[in-house]
Amino acid sequence: MGALGDLAGGLADALAPVNLLFALLGVLLGTAVGVLPGIGPAMTVALLLPITYALEPTAALILFAGIYYGGMYGGSTTSILLNTPGESSSIMTALEGNAMAKSGRGAAALATAALGSFVAGTIATLLLALVAPTVVDLVIGITAADYFALTVLAFVAVATVLGSSPLRGLASLGVGLYLGLVGTDVLTGQERFTLGIPQLSDGIDVVVVAVALFAVGEALYVASRLRRGPVQVMAASGPWFTRRDLRRSVGPWLRGTALGFPLGALPAGGAEIPTFLSYATERKLTKHPEEFGRGAIEGVAGPEAANNAAAAGVLVPLLTLGLPTSATAAIILVAFQSYGIQPGPTLLSTESTLVWTLIAALLVGNLMLLVLNLPLARVWVQVLRVPRPYLYAGILLFASLGCYAVNADPLDLVLLLVLGLLGFAMRRYGWPVAPAIVGLILGPVAETNLRRALAISSGDLGVLLDTWFSRIVLGLALAALVVPIVLRAVRGRRATPEEVQAGEGLRHRESVGAGPGEEER
Amino acid sequence: MPLSRRSFLAGAVAAPALAAAAGALGGCAGTVVQPGDLSRLRVMAPASPGGGWDTTARVLQRVIQSSGLARNVQVFNVEGAGGTIGLGQLSRETDDALLMMMGLVMVGAVDTNDSATRLTDVTPIARLIGETELIVAPPDAPYTDIQGFVEAWAADPAGTPIAGGSAGGTDQILAGLLAQAAGIDPAQVNYIAYSGGGESLAALLGGQVAAGISGTADYGEQVRTGDLVGLAVSTAERSQQVPDVPTLVESGFDVEVDNWRGLMARPGMSAGAREDLIALVQDTHDTEEWAQALEDNGWDDLLLTGDEYGEFLAEEEQRVLAILREIGLVQ
Repeated sequence: MGALGDLAGGLADALAPVNLLFALLGVLLGTAVGVLPGIGPAMTVALLLPITYALEPTAALILFAGIYYGGMYGGSTTSILLNTPGESSSIMTALEGNAMAKSGRGAAALATAALGSFVAGTIATLLLALVAPTVVDLVIGITAADYFALTVLAFVAVATVLGSSPLRGLASLGVGLYLGLVGTDVLTGQERFTLGIPQLSDGIDVVVVAVALFAVGEALYVASRLRRGPVQVMAASGPWFTRRDLRRSVGPWLRGTALGFPLGALPAGGAEIPTFLSYATERKLTKHPEEFGRGAIEGVAGPEAANNAAAAGVLVPLLTLGLPTSATAAIILVAFQSYGIQPGPTLLSTESTLVWTLIAALLVGNLMLLVLNLPLARVWVQVLRVPRPYLYAGILLFASLGCYAVNADPLDLVLLLVLGLLGFAMRRYGWPVAPAIVGLILGPVAETNLRRALAISSGDLGVLLDTWFSRIVLGLALAALVVPIVLRAVRGRRATPEEVQAGEGLRHRESVGAGPGEEER
Repeated sequence: MPLSRRSFLAGAVAAPALAAAAGALGGCAGTVVQPGDLSRLRVMAPASPGGGWDTTARVLQRVIQSSGLARNVQVFNVEGAGGTIGLGQLSRETDDALLMMMGLVMVGAVDTNDSATRLTDVTPIARLIGETELIVAPPDAPYTDIQGFVEAWAADPAGTPIAGGSAGGTDQILAGLLAQAAGIDPAQVNYIAYSGGGESLAALLGGQVAAGISGTADYGEQVRTGDLVGLAVSTAERSQQVPDVPTLVESGFDVEVDNWRGLMARPGMSAGAREDLIALVQDTHDTEEWAQALEDNGWDDLLLTGDEYGEFLAEEEQRVLAILREIGLVQ
């Protein structure tokens, strides 16, 4: 109960007017940069780092944490309304979210994203306060082989986003895997497929690819159809978030949190993998499978909750090990260090007031984000009333500006256009876009960790099944792949209940998967 | 009405983006500098925000500004290819009031990335600081000193995975040099590259690798608390950060590596302009704020300016290239 007492003390500090002001400033800035593709919270915090020399530590860290949380909120708005993911963790949101917006349910999608982010952010922040030291013990037991197993499961989960034609889905996945190969190989430092262009040596930015395939491809596609028949108008004024929406959202929010928090805490986890798994889980569990692809609210609620929970999860290794697991966390670590504070095992005892004020400020900031974003959902939706030619021209401008701003390099615009044409062709011929993005993100993670695991074991393949974690996760992946096929063959009918079972297993892993880490130590 | 609201929102969102883009574009955004005028200064960090070069550039910015040596100092990032994209950009610059942060890693990156611009193509200004490299072992490892580790390593190089930062960087260079000094073929070193000190830290704490190499900033805290065993430091002197850990030289291995960082300027500048920049760096170095910054960050003072720095660079280039060839990273 000591933790709750400390948290109450932290809340008292966080509610001091100055700290509230910085939290507000942080979440506002964060939302703004989250909306714009390319400009992310990491760059914003880096630009603001010099203020640490003028501000006291508590205020500065509250500001930075606010930007971090705000960025996770902002990314969803453009994903849903414009099919333009502002951050890589909002890509899954675009799938169902944009479909909802097109069928006049944009306000409900924004509302479930805002509420889900709030619920997940609050639960995960409380978990951060209560269980951080325990989680850390598990986290450092995770091996390269475990990461590989996790990516295998995520790849299997991708099957659910492959679309109606598995062959086209797999081809799209292949495109993504190939784009993921471009750049410098992490383990040997050798360049692959860079065509001698130095800007490609660090790989192609995920955000550039996502914006190109989703937004530019879509804009070109719409442009190509404008003169063919009547233009389909998006309904901006659909029904608001209803009680039924709430009932359907609660489960995905909680499951998204359960996936996001622990995976966010993994040193190489990041916020993307939990959003993939959450989307796949919801698609398996839903009672409305026919709505998926046409705007199912579960497909927005789950991933949005997962990415916010992951944002809190990232703070676990940062505060307890001094181990940054995302770009923003790395810069927040620099901010700590510029005050002469070294996050690590001793932080909670040496700087206890600071840590608890920070955690309390995150809770307050989360509430502010909800209050800001929920009423705004109805305002943002009005964007869809803009006549289509202007709307898509605006999206193109917005996408180009965001991509150019990442490195201020014209090459990014060329890439955006080339990949945009690819995105157009994919839409035109019915290739789903999401698998390409999933391949781009997961491919390098899977490859690096497989090779790392094999290098550590000097080439012994047995290492892949060495831990309980990897055995359970790989077993689940195998089950998800084989069980529906076998049962369909045996019973000669579509395997809906079995798919549900496989999805149950996904959740089950979260509770079971916690065990093996302890043995590792 | 909705249209105007939309454009307003787009404008509000675009503002920070433009500010960032303007920062990155720097010179194009209206920084007209008279020759010899260092009241405005730009510092390029040729890496992403948050890394070593970026941090050092931002500390330099703060000290120069707070001590009043220049009114307006901007730091901007040019990411990619081990810093060689920034190096290429520097070689095309015409602005004298521009410094590029760089360090040991760039020496190797020029060759591993086959960069068109070499370090000899730009103007050396000064070596500034150094960070001590720290070799550590997991807490449950069967050895507790560097001799014990090297013995186990020599017996089975392939079965002794060593974790460190990105391929071809300081950590791998040190691993190769130590292998060489211990009579192990550097090409046999089983080096596991992680994208940063943080990721390798997790692998070490989990006991997945036999040893790890990174800066004292990454592993120092864990060595002090006893979560990791400090085997050796790479510099000539012991580090203030971990005073109990012996140096490689005093442990009997003739290896000395400083993860140094320094500053370069554009090619073809006049001798006077170069002298001005060197004087600015010297003045910054002499301030109390700089001394404090060195202590706060655990950096060693390695100031070396002008042509002496150029000679040091040439020697370092030879040494790094030789070991990268032995490891097999450069043909």
